[in-house]
Amino acid sequence: MLGYVLRRVTIMIPTLLIISIISFVIIQLPPGDYLTSYAAQLRTMGDIVQQEEIDALRQRYGLGQPVYVQYFKWISGIILRGDWGQSMEWQKPVRDLIWERLALTMVLSGVSILVSWFIAIPIGVYSATHQYSIPDYILSIISFVGVGTPGFMLALVIMYVAMTAFGLNVGGLFSQEYLAAPWSWAKVVDMLKHLWIPVLIIALGSTAGSIRTTRANLLDELNKPYVETARAKGLPEGRLVWKYPVRVALNPFFSTVGWSLANLISGETLVSVVLSLQTIGPMMLRALTSQDMYLAGSFLLLLSTMTVLGTLISDILLAWVDPRIRMEA
Amino acid sequence: MATDQLLLEVKDLKTYFFLDEGTVRAVDGVDMVIRRGQALGVVGESGCGKSVTARSILRIVPRPGRIVQGEITLHRMRESKNGRTVTEAVRLTDLDPMGVEMRSIRGAEIALVPQEPMMSLSPVHTLGNQIIEAIMLHQRVTKAEARERAIHMLDLVGMPRPSRTIDRYPHELSGGMRQRGMIAMALCCHPSLLIADEPTTALDVTTEAQILKLIRGLRQELGMAIMYITHNLGVVAQTTEDVIVMYMGKVVEEADVDSLFHDPKHPYTRALLRSIPRLGQRTRERQRLESIRGSVPDPYALPKGCSFHPRCAQAIRGVCDREEPPYVEVGPAHKVRCVLYR
Ligand SMILES: Nc1ncnc2c1ncn2[C@@H]1O[C@H](COP(=O)(O)OP(=O)(O)OP(=O)(O)O)[C@@H](O)[C@H]1O
Ligand SMILES: [Mg+2]
Repeated sequence: MLGYVLRRVTIMIPTLLIISIISFVIIQLPPGDYLTSYAAQLRTMGDIVQQEEIDALRQRYGLGQPVYVQYFKWISGIILRGDWGQSMEWQKPVRDLIWERLALTMVLSGVSILVSWFIAIPIGVYSATHQYSIPDYILSIISFVGVGTPGFMLALVIMYVAMTAFGLNVGGLFSQEYLAAPWSWAKVVDMLKHLWIPVLIIALGSTAGSIRTTRANLLDELNKPYVETARAKGLPEGRLVWKYPVRVALNPFFSTVGWSLANLISGETLVSVVLSLQTIGPMMLRALTSQDMYLAGSFLLLLSTMTVLGTLISDILLAWVDPRIRMEA
Repeated sequence: MATDQLLLEVKDLKTYFFLDEGTVRAVDGVDMVIRRGQALGVVGESGCGKSVTARSILRIVPRPGRIVQGEITLHRMRESKNGRTVTEAVRLTDLDPMGVEMRSIRGAEIALVPQEPMMSLSPVHTLGNQIIEAIMLHQRVTKAEARERAIHMLDLVGMPRPSRTIDRYPHELSGGMRQRGMIAMALCCHPSLLIADEPTTALDVTTEAQILKLIRGLRQELGMAIMYITHNLGVVAQTTEDVIVMYMGKVVEEADVDSLFHDPKHPYTRALLRSIPRLGQRTRERQRLESIRGSVPDPYALPKGCSFHPRCAQAIRGVCDREEPPYVEVGPAHKVRCVLYR
């Protein structure tokens, strides 16, 4: 097992390097750079742009250099000094901008995944064990509608209902007074108070799909002979279902947890924009549109790293829950 | 070995599957009696309702199947208050299939060795986990004691190195080992009836022989009754003393092994016997094996009259395709469902 993990980690290093190159190239692909879009933006606002000023900035950020030089400067900064470059738009080191947002995103996504499982798995199990019953039909209809409903729309609806019916302002992750405050216990409590609405919205987005997956997988397992063996032993039905077929039917959840993390982050972006949450989604969206390349590149690299790490975590989890895979590893 | 004490009575059992395409009469009026310690063989072609009969007795018929008629009675031995053992008749067909009483019988009084040993163990639990669970479900023992018993049982069924094998996962075991594991699981609560549903079909001939020998030995040792389901008459001859022959959900003939092999009455039984290689004959001496002509009818549209008549060489036109054949006694404990013996 340990050897397997080590081997996987070793493979990750070249994977990540290649990903970093691809990310960088993709960011460079649109014509122009941050300064051209910056100048264009100033011009639309009626400012006069000095060409010399732009050139000086271009010099400072090394934007005139060939792409591969820029890349090497950037990547070696990250590896050697943990320096992710400067955000041109924010006029701050990328390092100072991302970590807090990344942590918030991880908390939001992680909690959302757990909440979504917590809702979806029991419903899926119920649906499968009561196949073709009236509750199963109703749950199936709801989850089909759920699969088709975009998260941001749900966010808008919930915000509207919360505003009009309860007078709650559900935007943001913090109350006004804690927004700029340093981290403290009170701030954490304040965050938790705000967190549940975005968590619920993001979780609901993937819940419908998870219900369908659980139901379909469990239906496959329920007719397997090993379930009959357990029944023939005299086990009570509920205990039997949760111990045997559910256990096997949930394997796909473990094997996709790595992907669902990445999916949640892209799904979260829209919701976060609507709810104005301080997560990485909206910031990354902005960095990409304004071609703030070091910021955008760093995000892409971090997200890819998280996906790769997530996949590793899923594989380890899967090997842990399924002895058949443990053997092969 | 067999005593005269009744163990299980099945009367006019009908188990149907209600599908969109129509109703499958998987078991259509089966009667049988099993006495304590008796070994009863149940034979018939694939699809004739052997497994459904077994599931009906255990009350685990899967949806959309249902017992629509009939009685199944188990004569259960119990310790009475003054310490004597008494038998009480429990009508299984009256019990809630998932209720406490039926569950206390399933696995404890009546145990099943299922048809597919390769698929019948949970792939994500160890063999021991699954056996210990069965023991702790029916007996008041600690986990350590249950483990002890499980190891003992594995040893009894000839599992190599049981104290290590017990912690293995099914995929780490060979087919024969898994089947031994399944048998150990079925035997661990000392059932009075073991239903073995083609326990050797998935195994090679050598392993099959070992398993058969094992089952015979265990029966002697533990004094339990066995209902041995198979489509292999050769196996029946080696394992049981009485046989019932099923065709399309009905019992068409019942007899002791000797009478059935030497004096088969029903045309279907005769055809079945002709279709197997005779035991003890060398290959080149074997007659050409005949297969039964025609094939099993469509289960949704059973033929009128005797359901075997379209394939029967002795069918009488105007009789067999009209009347339900009677069940006639042709010898001591030898019955046949055919108009030829009326
Ligand atoms: N779950 C089910 N759903 C629908 N029909 C079923 C189901 N189980 C069994 N049947 C039908 O019941 C009939 C009897 O099946 P059964 O499994 O008892 O046959 P069998 O005698 O055990 O055959 P085999 O030797 O192949 O095991 C078949 O026609 C089969 O199609
Ligand atoms: Mg069968």
